[in-house]
Amino acid sequence: MDLNTKFTPQSWPDHAEQATMEGKNKFVGIWIFICSDIVLFASVFATYLSLKDKGPAGMDITAAELLGLPLAFVMTMLLLTSSLTSVYAMYHMKNYNAKGVIIWMAITVLLGLGFLGLEISEFYEYTVHEGFGFTHSAFSSSFYVLVGTHGLHVVIGLVWITGLIIRNIKRGLNLYTAPKFFAASIYWHFIDVVWVFIFTVVYLMGVLG
Amino acid sequence: MSSVAIGNKKGFGATLWDYLTTVDHKKLGNMYFFAGLLFFAIAGFEALLMRIQLMVPNNDFVSAGLFNELLTMHGTTMLFLAATPLLFGFMNAVVPLQIGARDVAFPFLNSLGFWLFFLGAVFLHLSFFMGGAPDAGWTSYASLSLYSPGHGIDFYVLGLQISGAGTLISGINFIVTIITMRAPGMTFMRMPLFTWTSLLSSALILFAFPPLTVGLFFMLVDRMFGANFFDHTMGGNTIIWEHLFWIFGHPEVYILVLPAFGLFSEIIPVFARKRLFGYSSMVFATILIGFLGFMVWAHHMFTTGLGPTANAIFAVATMAIGVPTGMKVFNWILTIWGGSVKVTVPMIYALGFIPSFVAGGVTGVMQATAPLDYQLHDSYFIVAHFHYVIVGGIVTAIFGATHFYWPIMFNRALNEKLGFVVFWIFFIGFHLTFFIQHFLGLMGMPRRVFTYQADQGWDLFNFISSIGAIMMGIGVLLLVINMLLSIKSKPLNTRDYWKDGRSLEWAIQTPVPFYNFKQTPLVRGYDPYWIEKQEGNKEGMTYAEPLGDIHMPNGSILPLIMSIGMFIAAFGALHHPDDVSWSVPVIIIGLGITVACMLTRSFKDDLGFHVHKEEVIAMEESLYGKGGNK
Repeated sequence: MDLNTKFTPQSWPDHAEQATMEGKNKFVGIWIFICSDIVLFASVFATYLSLKDKGPAGMDITAAELLGLPLAFVMTMLLLTSSLTSVYAMYHMKNYNAKGVIIWMAITVLLGLGFLGLEISEFYEYTVHEGFGFTHSAFSSSFYVLVGTHGLHVVIGLVWITGLIIRNIKRGLNLYTAPKFFAASIYWHFIDVVWVFIFTVVYLMGVLG
Repeated sequence: MSSVAIGNKKGFGATLWDYLTTVDHKKLGNMYFFAGLLFFAIAGFEALLMRIQLMVPNNDFVSAGLFNELLTMHGTTMLFLAATPLLFGFMNAVVPLQIGARDVAFPFLNSLGFWLFFLGAVFLHLSFFMGGAPDAGWTSYASLSLYSPGHGIDFYVLGLQISGAGTLISGINFIVTIITMRAPGMTFMRMPLFTWTSLLSSALILFAFPPLTVGLFFMLVDRMFGANFFDHTMGGNTIIWEHLFWIFGHPEVYILVLPAFGLFSEIIPVFARKRLFGYSSMVFATILIGFLGFMVWAHHMFTTGLGPTANAIFAVATMAIGVPTGMKVFNWILTIWGGSVKVTVPMIYALGFIPSFVAGGVTGVMQATAPLDYQLHDSYFIVAHFHYVIVGGIVTAIFGATHFYWPIMFNRALNEKLGFVVFWIFFIGFHLTFFIQHFLGLMGMPRRVFTYQADQGWDLFNFISSIGAIMMGIGVLLLVINMLLSIKSKPLNTRDYWKDGRSLEWAIQTPVPFYNFKQTPLVRGYDPYWIEKQEGNKEGMTYAEPLGDIHMPNGSILPLIMSIGMFIAAFGALHHPDDVSWSVPVIIIGLGITVACMLTRSFKDDLGFHVHKEEVIAMEESLYGKGGNK
């Protein structure tokens, strides 16, 4: 693969992310990886549901009184918006606009950082002020592992996208870098979808049911 | 990197460096094979120690505690660290050739998968020298393992976590390889059965290993970081472990047996000299087994108390798996039927496999009957059943395929006469060991006991079983001797060693050059090489492209360093509950090494290199003499 091939928006292929064998492999590979990650989250969700509100005899903390919706709503909005901005980045990738890709990916990272900050402050609130630490009960362990596994995925996604921005801010788009951006954006959407389920299962069902 | 050194003898250091950095699927296949063989030998030795202990009643050859460690490590090693890598060895060596690819889709990940598996396995085995091996059985039920003293279970959890990550990575790699890298004309319904079963087996890995990862992670944080997933006094539930483990554990059986089915589906048509009977029904049965494999995990838990409804559903689902498996058995028999059968060593393993595996399958259906399972549960009947499936199905496939593919993997042939001797010693030993254990189980002997009282009618049967185990040990030893002898034998420098090869891997001249086919072959039907031979094609294959430059991936040392980082971090986590000050820093350093390697990999472009047309011609001439591969 020649990195020096110069493209114009006209000569840029329709599916640049799959125009090379390596790109196609990355594209299929990230989807296959997400399949296995879905099973990973499914296992953690199932465990959370079976351990929800369970603790040592006399434990008085339940999901209904611990969790609040306003903060979770703000976090959901931040993450959903970041998914939208990564779509804008891919829109510019399709149109061979390297600057647009970098800018919208950077905005995605900022929104993701906002989400992460709120999540950390939420965990801090629970552990320090509510006495709901990781070792508090089966409920606390499963809560932190479920939400924390998602948080870890967000951290990995942020490091990944930040790395891509730093590496490619000068050299722009070619058939080698386009699949990398595309794979990262698919992964980011996946994280977003998982959060929708966490919002539903942990927060909505926790507070309301 | 564009110049290619060929034919020159390299020094030891250069060869070692070559293997540490290689991303070549053929070399990684050999590495998987020998690593698997090493752990197979270790686990086999553990089994022999157990059988010696059980040879006579009231024996004190090993202590009760050591017996627990032996049975745990035997099961864990055989399934995760012997059978899996041996089959991955064949998948690596054969699948890219069968689909006419230059390499796998992600050569770097292929190497990473191997090193993670290997260092995870080494980590697990260090437990013997560092205060005791795991002792809660290969299933490591949380109710037992949570309170097991010492670090044995911690080694189990961390070692399997690392090697499991390697297996998952390899699984993803093979799925993508088989989807995207097939040669022109190789449609899905023209793929050889071994490629099909490798695809399905990888898909099962994809869906089965995450629950294991999650279960191991729960165990890890419970034991080392004070979480409460399985501690019932804190609201936890040990049944969660059983579910997660068996949602992984049952498909794991199919992860292993499907490639074994695939290997026999390659061997039988070659030596029956007949097209595989019912190819499309074989494919369908493979997919069906893969699907149903996920629907039956609770049959391992009939006695847990899930209730009659759950037990009935899982019992019926389990019996349903017998249908596609039966289809396969009939297809193999009908392939042999009316064929011009040549009984070679691989073929005799296939002929031995069919009745042995059917016996294991029949006892499986017996156990699927939930009320009967209450009687059989945790008895030697279970031990007999799963050894019939695993030894009769998977180990015979591995041994048969070792003889079958040795010419492609090493450009040497294994001795036929010694091969037959090994087969008969091993095969008789196998039936002697395990057939009689059915009756021991029905007579009430529980599994996982380190000794028993005399005069319960168990003495003679246990003695016979132990004699059989020793015969199996001798058989394996002779097989290794056969492998060593082959080093001394003459290089074959031939193609289609068995003369009746049908799929693409036989169309290539050995030794296989690192770029595989010099021109990508054109696949014109199922059994493509057979078609070309029938049409008298002297060149081997019809090619899909003119001879030109070949693009190949670069080698890298990073996978090894990344795996070492995980290995170091595991030591930190292991000692975390001991209240030592260095545990968290060691975890951070280890993971830091891994992350640093990942960033290096991301920031350094790796575009591979081109082998130029002239170099390809020179290489072919040096390997095969003037005129190259004709």
